[in-house]
Amino acid sequence: MADLSVKVAGVEFKNPVIAASGCFGYGHEYEELFDLSKLGGISVKGTTLTRRDGNIPPRIAETPSGMLNSVGLQNPGIDYFIEKELPYLLKKDTVIIANIAGSSIEEYIEVAEKLNDTSVHMIEMNISCPNVKKGGAGFGTSCDMAASVTKAVRKATNKPLCVKLTPNVTSIAEIAKAVEAEGADAVSLINTLLGMRIDTRTRRPILHNNVGGLSGPAVLPVAVRMVWEVRNAVDIDIIGMGGISKGNDAAEIMLAGADAVQVGAALFNDPFACVRIVDELEKWCEVNKVDKLSDISGGVVTW
Amino acid sequence: MKYLQGIYKIIEKTALSETCFSFVIDCPEVAKISKAGQFVHILPKGKFLRRPISICQIDYEKGTLRIVFEIRGEGTQELSELNIGDDIDMIAPCGNGFEIFDNAKKIVLVGGGIGTPPMLGLSDIYKEKATAICGFRNKDAVILENDFLSNNTNTIICTDDGSYGIKGFVTDSLKAECEKGDVDLICACGPTPMLKAVSAIAQENNIECFVSLEERMGCGIGACLVCACKTKDENGEKMSHVCKNGPVFNAKEVVL
Ligand SMILES: Cc1cc2nc3c(=O)[nH]c(=O)nc-3n(C[C@H](O)[C@H](O)[C@H](O)COP(=O)(O)OP(=O)(O)OC[C@H]3O[C@@H](n4cnc5c(N)ncnc54)[C@H](O)[C@@H]3O)c2cc1C
Ligand SMILES: Cc1cc2nc3c(=O)[nH]c(=O)nc-3n(C[C@H](O)[C@H](O)[C@H](O)COP(=O)(O)O)c2cc1C
Ligand code: FES
Repeated sequence: MADLSVKVAGVEFKNPVIAASGCFGYGHEYEELFDLSKLGGISVKGTTLTRRDGNIPPRIAETPSGMLNSVGLQNPGIDYFIEKELPYLLKKDTVIIANIAGSSIEEYIEVAEKLNDTSVHMIEMNISCPNVKKGGAGFGTSCDMAASVTKAVRKATNKPLCVKLTPNVTSIAEIAKAVEAEGADAVSLINTLLGMRIDTRTRRPILHNNVGGLSGPAVLPVAVRMVWEVRNAVDIDIIGMGGISKGNDAAEIMLAGADAVQVGAALFNDPFACVRIVDELEKWCEVNKVDKLSDISGGVVTW
Repeated sequence: MKYLQGIYKIIEKTALSETCFSFVIDCPEVAKISKAGQFVHILPKGKFLRRPISICQIDYEKGTLRIVFEIRGEGTQELSELNIGDDIDMIAPCGNGFEIFDNAKKIVLVGGGIGTPPMLGLSDIYKEKATAICGFRNKDAVILENDFLSNNTNTIICTDDGSYGIKGFVTDSLKAECEKGDVDLICACGPTPMLKAVSAIAQENNIECFVSLEERMGCGIGACLVCACKTKDENGEKMSHVCKNGPVFNAKEVVL
């Protein structure tokens, strides 16, 4: 049997398949169906300093081979997470990644600092959020803002720090370089791509927020391309995601340069997607005579 | 909370109208743990997202569930093309069903259009203690009337155009029932404006009322937070989720 274990930012994962932030809650619901210890890791729902109720529904729209969401970071706040959810998750024999978000650099710092006294294994900092103080443009859309929030949080935390990048930029590789320079241990990509759907009968957008983030199989080729570009631009580890629904998709994104992968929207189609992908990766290794899966990272042979 | 995901067989299919179909699904493990008011989350072939459909009837002995759905778009169209012997992929049973009040003496079930099917599951339980008030666009859209009648449930059909039953809204008939003064429970499923009106009537008459809500869904089990609805309690308003905290809510708790 092939060795599926991988290492990201110094953290050991038993396999490269991580449940993506926002798609897996805090694990309780999927735990009814399978043992959480089968997962390489869990990236929990994006957490902010205080409770957020999120956007007005409808918050989901189907798209060809995918979906849009406009949840708007609904979460109970970092204190609740640390007190009520984290201790339970840490007993589950899988890597727990705290996904954090904020609307100012100060908020990111405060959330990160609160996690210092916990045993959470890694921080994934989502920088797709609007910077309220700077007119609402996403932290992740300019090299300067991405660099300053990374620098600040790097100082504030003693945890391995992974910065989650948005694909809604001209050059994701430039943003990756900027956060690497400020001390990020890894980057994860891609977050959702901005999209919109309209009900032609009512002439209303389906999402109450009008626009939302596209994910699911439709975005896989974009994710593969972006992971590959980032792999060619930085030396730090990469967690690849976007549209993965099969073992072969995971292998593809690893060949493009990812060290581990996350699976999100595919769970809504098949609630067993993550554990099925682990099994399929094992078979992929067998068929392709790979003894250690991590050896394939970045192994694409380009023309 | 307990649900399964699996592939089950359709063992009966009936067309109730041109656009409305009834399936009986053989799923003993699911039927065993299902309750009236819960739903199944079905994956139509070729679609990315699942479709929530209410459980209409449960046969605990035969281990089957009945669902009744209307063609609304591509997913339900695809489902309507399935036949006896075909497989259906579902996560079920999802959500919380209706709380059953053994002591209730007169229960009014209010169904608006395709909100009627889950009311039949309650008629199966409350039988002659229940009065069903079901509203439809017109005569051709009327479904399940005989099913309610065979439970000895007093059945009042309303149509918008008066082409069958009483002309008018279910709320007019509900008001009339409430005025009799002996109703101790109302359960309703249908479009939001109808649920709002039903809740108001229940409150005016000080009658316990439960409503089953609809919202677009992703996971169907409470993990993705897309199916939000506003609820209130002594601590104020908050977001709950139709798939996990509902679809049935006490009318007093939900902000419609
Ligand atoms: C708890 C619950 C119980 C339901 N029970 C029944 C039932 O017993 N019988 C029945 O006919 N219908 C029921 N519905 C509505 C049914 O889910 C929709 O009609 C169906 O999803 C439409 O799918 P479509 O592909 O045909 O339409 P499309 O418009 O093509 O669907 C596109 C997307 O929007 C979603 N969507 C569209 N309309 C609705 C809606 N009204 N509610 C939720 N999601 C929607 C679909 O699921 C899909 O993801 C129920 C809905 C909920 C939430
Ligand atoms: C319903 C939903 C909620 C999400 N919430 C978050 C979030 O809170 N924080 C975050 O960093 N990403 C969030 N994402 C993005 C995913 O983690 C992931 O980056 C994206 O969906 C691409 O992967 P996929 O195609 O496998 O879903 C969310 C995605 C979905 C579908
Ligand atoms: S559909 Fe995912 S939380 Fe309700």
